[in-house]
Amino acid sequence: MRNITLFALLLLAGCATTASKKPETASSKPGDIVSIPSDPWPSTYKPYPGVTTVIQNATVYDGTGKVFSPGAVRLENGKIAEIGASVAVPAGATVIDGTGKFVTPGIIDIHSHLGDYPSPGVDALSDGNEATSPARPEVWAEHSVWPQDAGFARALAGGVTAFHVLPGSANLFGGRGTTLKTVYGRSVQDMKFPGAPYSLKMACGENPKRVYGSRNQMPQTRMGNIAYARQTWADATEYKRKWDDYTRKAKAGTAKPTDAPRRDLAKDTLMGVLNGEILIQNHCYRADEMTNMIAMAREFGYKITAFHHAVESYKIADILAKEGICSAMWADWYGFKMESYDGIRENIALVDQAGACAIVHSDDADGIQRLNQEAAKAMAAGNRMGLGITPEHAMIWLTLNPAKGLGIADRTGSLEPGKMGDVVLWNASPFSVYARPERVWIDGALMYDWADARRRPMADFELGQPGAGDPK
Amino acid sequence: MMRFPLLLAVLLATSGHAATIAITGGTVLTAVAETSIANGTVIIRDGRIVAVGAGLPVPAGATVIDATGKFVTPGLITAMSTLGIVEVEGVRQTNDASARTTPFSAAIDVAPAINPMSSTIAIERQGGVTRAVVGPEISNEIFGGQGAIISLAATGDIVMARRAFQFIELGEDGARAAGGSRPAAWLNLRNGFAEAQRFARNPAAFDSGRDKDSLIKRLDAEALVPVVDGRVPAVVHVERASDIAAVLGLRAEFPKLRIILLGAREGWLVADKIVAAKVPVITLSLFDLPDAFETLASTRSNVGRLVAAGVTVGFGIFGGNSGAQPRNLPYFAGNAVAQAAVPGGVGLTRGQALAAITAAPAQIFGMTDLGTLEAGKRGDVVVWDGDPLELTSAPMAVLIDGVAQPMTSRQLQLRDRYRDLTPGALPKAYSK
Repeated sequence: MRNITLFALLLLAGCATTASKKPETASSKPGDIVSIPSDPWPSTYKPYPGVTTVIQNATVYDGTGKVFSPGAVRLENGKIAEIGASVAVPAGATVIDGTGKFVTPGIIDIHSHLGDYPSPGVDALSDGNEATSPARPEVWAEHSVWPQDAGFARALAGGVTAFHVLPGSANLFGGRGTTLKTVYGRSVQDMKFPGAPYSLKMACGENPKRVYGSRNQMPQTRMGNIAYARQTWADATEYKRKWDDYTRKAKAGTAKPTDAPRRDLAKDTLMGVLNGEILIQNHCYRADEMTNMIAMAREFGYKITAFHHAVESYKIADILAKEGICSAMWADWYGFKMESYDGIRENIALVDQAGACAIVHSDDADGIQRLNQEAAKAMAAGNRMGLGITPEHAMIWLTLNPAKGLGIADRTGSLEPGKMGDVVLWNASPFSVYARPERVWIDGALMYDWADARRRPMADFELGQPGAGDPK
Repeated sequence: MMRFPLLLAVLLATSGHAATIAITGGTVLTAVAETSIANGTVIIRDGRIVAVGAGLPVPAGATVIDATGKFVTPGLITAMSTLGIVEVEGVRQTNDASARTTPFSAAIDVAPAINPMSSTIAIERQGGVTRAVVGPEISNEIFGGQGAIISLAATGDIVMARRAFQFIELGEDGARAAGGSRPAAWLNLRNGFAEAQRFARNPAAFDSGRDKDSLIKRLDAEALVPVVDGRVPAVVHVERASDIAAVLGLRAEFPKLRIILLGAREGWLVADKIVAAKVPVITLSLFDLPDAFETLASTRSNVGRLVAAGVTVGFGIFGGNSGAQPRNLPYFAGNAVAQAAVPGGVGLTRGQALAAITAAPAQIFGMTDLGTLEAGKRGDVVVWDGDPLELTSAPMAVLIDGVAQPMTSRQLQLRDRYRDLTPGALPKAYSK
């Protein structure tokens, strides 16, 4: 809808330059309402063809906390068609005996920099931080994505079927994040998860104040972080007010297209947050800083979807539960910087225990390959303190909760009929160190098979290089 | 039953002396080949292992740790780390791994900086790590300085060996430090070794006729003397196959050099050369990204292929992400086993994987009385609540030199302070 109106406007503008005699109209028609295009870089992802596939006699963790053992799943027309102790086996279906094996939803990483900080990690490909201003909400991580990152292949081999590419944390406002399918494409648009909302990456704490403070610029302190961010939100609020005012008048026929406010790409993103269309993914380590972020969100009327890294979420898990904010966490990273000093292995389990949304994230091209193992470590730490976490429950941290945090839980993140056929077949329990994905389906298409080199992708960069074709 | 050994361990630690200990009933993995002893007993007397076997009689008066249903292994040894010299990596006042503006290089000695009270030592010890190789990082020179070997014991002098090795960066990092190229790095290396040889020939005359701007200070040259003459090993970080081959080739020039390769992600491409040179490798099992032009052939099969070729491989923590922690050594070992299941992949057996985090690091650094559960070895023993390589397992008791270690850490105190968020009569700051 919005695209159509913009397109109409562009045509008008074109006419204005080529047909100079055309008289300007004094009053607006409804079709002349200027609006901001919501999706100028639309997904061009198309699911690859799959066949009706039944995996049976396996242990199935469905991603919502249920386990079927024995369990079975049927993929049909790209979707989860059926799940249960057993499922119907249509004639001609590919049937896989999952005896001794495990089936889970595809893992979703809510925090990745794949493509923006790809392999090889050379300066020429280092595109994750537009560290030229503390507020760069106008940049979009997808515009930095190099579709030939070998990391995509490794993530896929780790059972990851979707992931969120975020800008880095040098800035208070790092830019937009985008959700991708773990399917190679010639363009980033070919990889984009259709219809997934954008996010805005925010950061609190050490990074912004260090990056800019070291240049003797604001912010140099945590109070500077907050002040700068509040001013940015205040300016965005004013921008939104102008657009709302213009739109109201235009709809009433009392504003011309030329009355539309000047586009500001940075504030477009911020306004998208204030309008509830763009999700806030907020890098924040310390408990007290998370509460500051919550207060700021309340002041300006936006919602924080998830805190990322969140190594001190366990100190405020009750507050996070009440606020409905997810925490995207590592299992055991600690002490690499001051704000990570209080990291504990029970963090994820304690957040979960408090009834808050717990997510295992990677922030790392290596870690994304074994998010299941991080969940296992976190589960074990929780169980050692008596929390009684089951594997089928911990699976939620890897699939459904990150899907919720990305606004795609209605389409993926669990093995519920009608959802995307994003499925992993493991050779052993995914909570075991000895487990590896044997096969990975995305939208019902077999995109990875550990035993079939034709079903193991290789980025352009790796072609013809030493070790190319190794199962890795 | 679950709590008994733990409680006992704390009591033992409090009592502070070793005496005779019998660990009974567990599955004992000795880290000698694939040895697994069901219902095994490990007897430790005065800090040393005196007997290991199935169902051995418990000596009179011995303190018994019941490990029935548990696993018993040697203490883990990390073949590289910054334990004791880095508290918080990003806080420079607490990071003694490298010195950005020092004029010195090879002479740097980490030993005096090691802090036994560093919170990381207790945290990592809880993961079953009992000994650590501690190495410096480079700053502006290819020579990083001299590393140490430490015990993670809660009491006593933890520095076991000072000036245990020289750390050298070649490859991309070395090139950067040397001014921007590999040839420059190699020149720095040869200059350093040549100056060491000149110093060794005549220390008194070393300064005469020497450029005052020489890249190598007197102390640096002196520190390189035992490296060139083979008394102190050189831990050399390289990744690319051609860099590895070049490092091995140094022996032609400096025949006594004792090389230990660090990294060696493309080692599998030149495994035959590494074996022929009898050079061990310190690396990890999970490198599989071409994250630099020197690591294009990275694969999780590297370790398996090196071991299959006959190379001694020990796991150590260097670089990598923040999840690369000594307490996660079993995770790296377990994943090396998992790699064997992948069609076309080469992994380790469970025995080889355990050895990579126990016996091999000991062997590489000449810790002859550590790394395995055998009579005569030091009493470094870990009792695990499950398969020691599994993600869900954890140590229930950790003994170092026969002394049960406290199973507490700052992290557990934080956990216990915040496990219940119900508002109390006083702020959390009052709960100890």
